[in-house]
Amino acid sequence: MKPWRANIWRWLAAAVLLAIVSLSLAANWLAPAGYAKQYREAADAPPSHQHWLGTDEIGRDRFARVLYGTRISLLLAPAAALISTLMAALIGGLAGYLGGAWQRAAMAVTDLFLSLPWLFLLITVRAVMPLNVSPLFSVTVTFLLLGLLGWTSAARVLCASASSLRNSDFVRQARASGIRGVRLFWIHVLPNLKPVLFAQFWISVPAFILAEANLGILGLGVAEPMPSWGSLLKELEGLMSVGEEPWKFVPLVLLVMVVTSFQLLLSKQDEVAA
Amino acid sequence: MARNAIARKTRPAILLSIFSLVLCLGHAAAQGELHFCLRAEPKTFDPLKVEDDASISIRYLTGGVLVRMNRQTQALEPELASSWKVSKDGRQITFKLRGGVQFSDGTPFSADDVAYTVQQLMDPALHSPTGDAFRSGPGNVETRIISPTQISITFPAPVAGLDRQFDQVAILSAHSSKKEMAVLGPFMIDDYKPGSTVLLKRNPNYWKTDAQGRKLPYLDSIRLDIQPNRDVEMLRFRRGEIDLINSLDGESFDKLAANSPQLVHDAGPSLDTEQMWFNEVARAPLPGYKKNWFRSAAFRRAIAEAINRDDLSRVVFHGHAQAAIGPVSPANKFWFNAKLKPQAYAPDAALKTLQAEGFRMENGTLKDKDGNAVVFSIITNAGNKSRERMATMIQEDLQKIGIHLNVVTLDFPSLIERMTQTFDYEAIMLGLTNVGLDPTDQMNVWVSSSDNHQWNPSEKAPETAWEAEIDRLMHAMASSADVKKRKEAFDRVQEIAVEQQPFIYLVNRNALSAISASVHGASPVILAPQTYWNIEQLSK
Repeated sequence: MKPWRANIWRWLAAAVLLAIVSLSLAANWLAPAGYAKQYREAADAPPSHQHWLGTDEIGRDRFARVLYGTRISLLLAPAAALISTLMAALIGGLAGYLGGAWQRAAMAVTDLFLSLPWLFLLITVRAVMPLNVSPLFSVTVTFLLLGLLGWTSAARVLCASASSLRNSDFVRQARASGIRGVRLFWIHVLPNLKPVLFAQFWISVPAFILAEANLGILGLGVAEPMPSWGSLLKELEGLMSVGEEPWKFVPLVLLVMVVTSFQLLLSKQDEVAA
Repeated sequence: MARNAIARKTRPAILLSIFSLVLCLGHAAAQGELHFCLRAEPKTFDPLKVEDDASISIRYLTGGVLVRMNRQTQALEPELASSWKVSKDGRQITFKLRGGVQFSDGTPFSADDVAYTVQQLMDPALHSPTGDAFRSGPGNVETRIISPTQISITFPAPVAGLDRQFDQVAILSAHSSKKEMAVLGPFMIDDYKPGSTVLLKRNPNYWKTDAQGRKLPYLDSIRLDIQPNRDVEMLRFRRGEIDLINSLDGESFDKLAANSPQLVHDAGPSLDTEQMWFNEVARAPLPGYKKNWFRSAAFRRAIAEAINRDDLSRVVFHGHAQAAIGPVSPANKFWFNAKLKPQAYAPDAALKTLQAEGFRMENGTLKDKDGNAVVFSIITNAGNKSRERMATMIQEDLQKIGIHLNVVTLDFPSLIERMTQTFDYEAIMLGLTNVGLDPTDQMNVWVSSSDNHQWNPSEKAPETAWEAEIDRLMHAMASSADVKKRKEAFDRVQEIAVEQQPFIYLVNRNALSAISASVHGASPVILAPQTYWNIEQLSK
């Protein structure tokens, strides 16, 4: 019988996620004026009946921007995290499982990637990208880059985990039973790497959202006027105190809620119950 | 006995009076330490090599000059020179110097020091940025010492605004062993901790006195903390750790004003401009039809008409900016062409102008006569919030006439590379900081052969008739000693700039500052150094 408390937390997490996703999908209906419309007479206004979360510095409705930004970040940040986690699993997990020269070679490549000056690479990427691209193209390229470049640290962790699994008793037993190669990796090693994979995935999601905001300095990231959680979180930079304009913290609260909910929903049931 | 009793009674009063007098004298002589931040490390303390803002600040506080432009009235006033005369041809200036003046180390000041300074200033091996303003033509500068208090300096060619240029020339001692550390200004360098602090202390030999005959400056010392982070500077001001902030952005100004309106000062529009321009470089890697748009004055004028500058000033700068009129801010009282009127926000007129050029609207999108949708990008430097916001607002303004603008923010080096090397851009938005009032400072922007002629740098010959006309007028302005003729020439340059819109001027930012209530005598102005231009008169 399943512990009831575990189910409650999972249901709650599912409800929160469903509510956030539904709100973001209903953005066209809830905020028909859109995320780009500038109410210049009411710039930087506090919450009101017309603007539930106030307006930003140039008068755009913050509620609309949060809804549309949620849609973008919820879709693209987990997608980038998935890419990086899968790459880490493939490179790190397989290297650890195979051991020997494979492991040394994979870790050498990983170390090389870790030591490369990515800032300059990203500047080069920006330099070769055309200036006249749509905001959607810009944001997709950004998250794709984050996904393709963000696997290295996770690969090292997964390599170590897979390496320890390789010499564990149950793997030896499976091997003695005649299970080998990809089948052994798929059935016995990979399922045991799942907790590490999930952890890496969930660490990557907020990290990528913030990285996207910071990549704006290189001309990558979400281009104006399109919103994202990253660009909305940048509003917090100039705040002098938490109590000054608390409604600006909504994107941060949403980010925490989404990441926590996903963790509760997808973690092992007994872990949640504990 | 009675006398003793009186004496006993009056003694405490006399002692108290003497104590008070000592205190008063002490107060007159020592009035505290002014504390504020430099936003970067000063690169040099040699006043002739100064180029960066931090070093300029140190030079202003320590250097003694022959003439000084009053930052409030914008008039030239005598300092170490009690009078001066510029020859009719603008090549020669004769100074009559004050007598009895000493450097901070006690070395006497004379015409020898002025001659030595001018020789150093014009020495090609020194590469003095201050000296560049005096290099009007080939040949040597001649100095003739008429007497210890009189000197004549002759330049090979006329120097525009010759007397005003000496506002930037801090006089060095020809004889002191302390070299540039011997100064004639109100303060001298006492201590320097790289990356941390520059401590200035009062120059005991400073020559000026106030109306009551008290020696100036009033302050004992100035502590300059090197602090590049503006948020930290703001926080320290709020905590009372520093006494002033020389320039604030509109947002910080309003936040401070909300709690302490008496501490913030808006001196009105400054000389600084924010502007955008199109790439008009013939070899730029752009499609031909876009080059045609950008090189069309009508297209540029239409864009200028479609931008709501009042909204930019009100929303982005919180009202602490004015819609720009042209290349010169109205704050530059003499050189601003008062005939020019602000560009009205007129999207309908902009559309008509474009339609007259063959553009047409199709389903809300503007297309040129060949059917190309009018889409272009504008680059600005990432991290500059006000420019990013202006670009986003212009994006919406242009959308109203069917133009799609892509806003791109780039790191500054990448932007400069595109602007000056690869010319791989369509439009750029940046600001121009004008320090001097004289238009000769803008020669490098307006002359078509200049590297800083941003919309089309280093032209071998002027590519358009109006650029040729600007070249002619700028050279006439710079080589004439007749102020009236110079003004007429530069007025016409401003008119051409507004007609042709090579730069689309957006706003002139206001000079915003914050000064602690403990500082007395401050009167912020628009010209640098805004808050401490009258440093000798400040006290705490």
